[in-house]
Order: sequence, then C-alpha cells, then structure tokens
Amino acid sequence: MSTYAQKKGFGATLWDYLTTVDHKKIAILYLIAGGFFFLLGGLEALFIRIQLAVPNNDFVSAGFYNEILTMHGTTMIFLAAMPLVFAFMNAVMPLQIGARDVAFPFLNSLGFWLFFFGGVFLNLSWFLGGAPDAGWTSYASLSLTSTTHGIDFYALGLQISGMGTLIGGINFLVTIINMRAPGMTYMRMPMFTWATFVTSALILFAFPPLTVGLFLLIFDRMFGSNFFNVANGGNTIIWEHLFWIFGHPEVYILILPAFGIFSEIFAIFSRKRLFGYSSMVFATILIGFLGFMVWAHHMFTTGLGPIANAIFAVATMAIAVPTGIKIFNWLFTMWGGSIKFSTPMLWAVAFIPSFVAGGVTGVMLATAAADYQYHDTYFVVAHFHYVIVGGVVFALFAGAHLYWPKMFGTMLNETLGKITFWLFLIGFHLTFFIQHFLGLMGMPRRIFTFLPGQGLETGNLVSSIGAALMGVAVLVLLVNVVTTTVKNEKVGNDPWGDGRTLEWAIASPPPFYNFKQLPLVRGLDAYWLEKMEGKKGMTPAEPIGDIHMPNNSFIPFVLVLGLFIAAFGTMYHAETSWGLPVLILGMAVTLGAMFVRSIKDDHGFHIHKEDLIDDDKDKGVKA
Amino acid sequence: MANQQSSSGNPSVDTEYRRKKNAEEMRYQIVSFTLMIFLTIVSFVAVGYEGFSGWFTVPFIILLAVIQVIFQLYYFMHMSHKGHEAPSLFLYSGVLVGAVTILAFSTIIWW
Repeated sequence: MSTYAQKKGFGATLWDYLTTVDHKKIAILYLIAGGFFFLLGGLEALFIRIQLAVPNNDFVSAGFYNEILTMHGTTMIFLAAMPLVFAFMNAVMPLQIGARDVAFPFLNSLGFWLFFFGGVFLNLSWFLGGAPDAGWTSYASLSLTSTTHGIDFYALGLQISGMGTLIGGINFLVTIINMRAPGMTYMRMPMFTWATFVTSALILFAFPPLTVGLFLLIFDRMFGSNFFNVANGGNTIIWEHLFWIFGHPEVYILILPAFGIFSEIFAIFSRKRLFGYSSMVFATILIGFLGFMVWAHHMFTTGLGPIANAIFAVATMAIAVPTGIKIFNWLFTMWGGSIKFSTPMLWAVAFIPSFVAGGVTGVMLATAAADYQYHDTYFVVAHFHYVIVGGVVFALFAGAHLYWPKMFGTMLNETLGKITFWLFLIGFHLTFFIQHFLGLMGMPRRIFTFLPGQGLETGNLVSSIGAALMGVAVLVLLVNVVTTTVKNEKVGNDPWGDGRTLEWAIASPPPFYNFKQLPLVRGLDAYWLEKMEGKKGMTPAEPIGDIHMPNNSFIPFVLVLGLFIAAFGTMYHAETSWGLPVLILGMAVTLGAMFVRSIKDDHGFHIHKEDLIDDDKDKGVKA
Repeated sequence: MANQQSSSGNPSVDTEYRRKKNAEEMRYQIVSFTLMIFLTIVSFVAVGYEGFSGWFTVPFIILLAVIQVIFQLYYFMHMSHKGHEAPSLFLYSGVLVGAVTILAFSTIIWW
C-alpha cells in the first residue's frame, strides 16, 4: 500500500473524498460544507441587517424577509453550527482517545452525505418557488398555511440531514465506549472527548422527537393528515412541544462541544492541567441531563398554566449552576498559569464574559412572569445570539485556529487570526448588545421593518454596523485560509508547543491509520505526562503489527442520492404526474444501495507491518 | 462477557463453578419464561372477561407488558450480567426521556 503516498490529480482526489470513510477526511468534508453554509447563513444575516438598518426600508419585501430570516436560523443551526461541530469531533475525538478510526467508518461517511444532501435540498428551495418562511421553529399554525413549497423543503431537507446527525451521534458514542486506547479510562478522557460523548447522547435522545415532528408535518402538508390542523381536530401545540423537546437539547448539543474546545484551549495555553477536571465532567453530564427538563420555557406564553411554568422556570434556572461551575473552573485554570495569548486563547478569554452575559439574560428569560414581557422581542434575539455566537461560534473560530495544523498540517497566520478576532469581537458586541435595549423598548422579533420616530433608529443602525464588522472579520479569515493553504508550510506534531492530549503526539496531519502502535495512556493529559518525564512520544501499548483498515465506498453517496431524489417525488406527488414515479425511483435507488451493502462482503484490507516500518524513513514528508 | 465459557482453553476456568452457574441461569430462564406465559394468559383473560371496563384493562395489560419487557431484557438478553452497564445506562436514559415526554403530553396538552 504505497500508492497513497503518490501525488494525485484533481479527479482522483475528488473521487477519494466522495468515497472516503476516513474520519479525518470526513472531518474536512464537514468543515468545507459547514463553512460554506456558514457563509450562506452569514450572507442572509447581512441582508437582514441591511433591511433593518434604517426605518421603512424596502431593500427586501416582507415575504422575502420572512424567507431570509427563516433560512438564516435554519442554516446556521442545522447546516453550519452542527456540521462544524461534527468536523472537530471527527477530526479530533478519535485521535484523543487513541483510536484508528470511529467505530463505523461506513456510517460516518453515510452521515456526512445525509447532512450534505439535506442541506443542498433545503437551499434549492431558493430556486424552486421560494424558501421556507415560518421561522426556524416552523410553528405548525404558520407552517400549515404557508402556500409555497418552502415548508416542504424544510421538513424533507431537515429529515434527511437529521438522519445523518443521528447516525453520527451513535457512531461517536460507540467509538468512545469501545475504542479507547489501553489505559484510557473514562476519567482520563480529555474534556473535548467527554463533551463529544455527552453531546452524542443528547443527539441520540433529542433527534427522534424532531424526526417524529417532521414526519407529522410532512404527513399534514403532503399526505392530507390532520395532526396539527385545529379545524379538523388536531392540535398545533403538539408541534411546539415536539420541536422544543428536540430544540432545547439541540442548543446544548451545540454548546457542550464548544465548552470542550475551550477546556482544551484553556489548559494548553495556560500550560496547566484543567482545574477541577472531575467537576467539569460532572457539570457536563448534569447540563446534558437538565437540558431535557426545560424545553417548555420556550412556550411560557402559550398558556401552559402556572404550575407547568413554575416547574420549567426552576429547572431552567438550575442549569446556571453547572454552567457556573464550568466558568469558575476555566477562570481557575488560567489563575497562576503561564498564559500565552495565541489566537485560540483570545477567543477563549473573550468567550467567558460574552457567554456569561448570554447566560444571565437566560436566567432573566427563565423567570416565567417576566418572560411575558420579553417574549418575542429583540431581547430574546440578543440573548440567544450571545450564547450561540458568543459561545458556539467563538469556539468554532478558536477550534479552527487550534486544530488547523492537526487537520491540514499548516498553521493559520497568527496576525491575521488576531485581526479576525478583534473585528469579530467588536462587531459582535456592537450588533447584539444594543439589541437587548431595542427589545426592552418593545421592538418585536421577526418584523421586516420599523417606523421612524419610535426611538429604534440609532440602535438598529449600530447593530447593522456591527454586523458589517463581523462580515469583514470572516473575510479576513478566508484570506488567512487561502494564503496559508497557498504557502503550505508544514509543521510538526505539536505546533503549539504545549499540546497535552494524544492528538498532539502524532504527525500533523496524522497518517491515515493514525497510530502505528496504539499508545499506552498513563493518566489525564497523556502526552503532557510523557513530555514532563522527558520522553519524546507515547509509550506503545502493543508491538508493531498488521493494521486492519476499511475500504473506501461509494455506496453512502448513492444511498443518499436516492433519498434526495425521493424527497422531490414526495414534494410534488400531489400536483404532478411524475411525482410518484420519482418517489419510487428514489426509494429504489436507496434500497438498492442498502441491498448491495448487505450482500457484498467487504472485509477491508491490511497494512502489513513491513510497510509500516518502511514508513518511518519518509516520515514528515508524507503522512 | 460472562456468558462466554466452556470451550475456552484457559486452564484457570473453573468448570465446576461454570456448570453450577449455568444450571442456575437455566433455572432463572425457565422460571421467567413460565411467568411470561402466565402473564400473557392473564392479559388475554383480562381482555376477554366482560366484567372489566377498558379503563382497567388497558393500563393493566400495559403494566404486564412492561414486566415482560424487563424479564426479556434481564433474563434472556443478559442485562443482569456484567459488562452491560453502558447499554443499561442508555436504555434507562431513553426510558426517562420518553416518560417525561409522555407525562408532559398527557398533563399539559391533553388534560
């Protein structure tokens, strides 16, 4: 198997990525696809802010504004934040636990293509009669009356990409339970791995309610059922509950990996062991658990009654406790540390006050009685952007800088990285801080324009200027990515110099089999431990032997392509004659792909140990 | 896993102990199998008997079904053995999430 070391043409590279089952390459696919949708969602955000920059603006029409707003939320949550989080989980988690790949490499690839085709399907709505326009929550009373196919695109697209997420989550769970290197006990797992574990458990339990809800919506809109149709005896509130039983854990699915990334960064750049590791693990699990007990706080004003409101209010406030534990642990990690303010560390330090601000407004919103005032105002918009941008997006930027060398073997430029950071930080607070006050002054969410002379002009203009700054910051990051890629200066295995966990013990990017010999883990921060004892690398836990690897497969792509085709058939089956045949054709392709996968034995291949020993000679040239 | 034994070449395997353990396990399985048959008959009788209203029968047979699932998981799918901590953790978490959902739906939406 020496062919992999050869320089490949564009076609071969493309085919390699279309068929890959390697977690590191799938991570890159997630990063590229998620990054693309992030730019798309960012563009939609800029359109929103241009429209709201001045009163009575007519940059976009009211209907089109609804579509942009819906797609901004949907894209950012499902198609940008989730896959970007998955990119880092895929790239780093198997390395952190000392595994050669995830437990089910084929499913990993299937999960990616499901997400990707779901996202493409959703965005094709722009060109096929109009995007969804009922908000990212798509409340049934609105979404059932929407006249375009937008909501159908929403329901079918999210159904497809949701399957991918569920598959990915289960895959990570099995990987972490079964594939830890010798000596890697649960309480020696790096914090990011713990976050991945709890997040995957949340995915496992939170996505089925969404699947059920989306199926009911699909049946109601496309097959004539009446689950949510009040006029025919349905109940529109059922959608809201199903959506938020999923939707609230979903925000923890986003923020817990962010916490994990920051935990790694604080420890690395303070050059100290993470303060209160076991309490961090405990807090992560507790947040995951409580995340399922609070969903109705999104629905205080739907008339749940005082008892339900009180229960959910108290449960919501309780989440501030484990989150507070984490905040203090990060502060104490920095305390007395020898801090290096690299770009990832800047994001991490800025994250603490930004996220705490979002958390405090969260507790304000959790007060059910007060929520009647805040509900559906810009105060809520400010709150969730503070936690999601100040928490998740900061973590994604930080993680991109931190793990770029591990994923691509090159370092992003630190100066440009810091410019990105300052522009984004200032832009972010300009945009969203003032929205708290706009909300308290009574500006409702989701309106497409506002009148002059109501005291809302200055605030909205400031907010729009901030959004422009964030846009510039992202452009600087893109320039950084391009110049870094063009320069292509390779770095060693531990480019930050203070790596603590296993991923920094192997080459950047790692060889496709990751670890030639599985490492022996002797404690928390396994690599740091060895470095402190003067060793250059990990002690191997096994002799060099043949490594069993999975074969690449094109089946996931075909399988998902079938679902993609079937989704079009489902949508148009009622009004066109070709809808039903297309639906059947698509399902046939999918089932055919499953059939081929089931009957064709694919035992993978072995890398022989002679080849592994040969690899040492050209180490550093090609991984 | 505790249920892999006999054919291993490991000299430290105590065959006497294993045999006793197997016999014990077999007894449990027969007992729970008999109980499950019995519970199934009881639920058929409950449905067939005219004197019970649906308000009694439906919760009653659901309860019997839950008991049967527990028997199935513990005595036939070996959840009582060592090495099943992770599956039982996730099973119970799933049951908890499902129960909270049903509780919320039946108290908030439909009541």
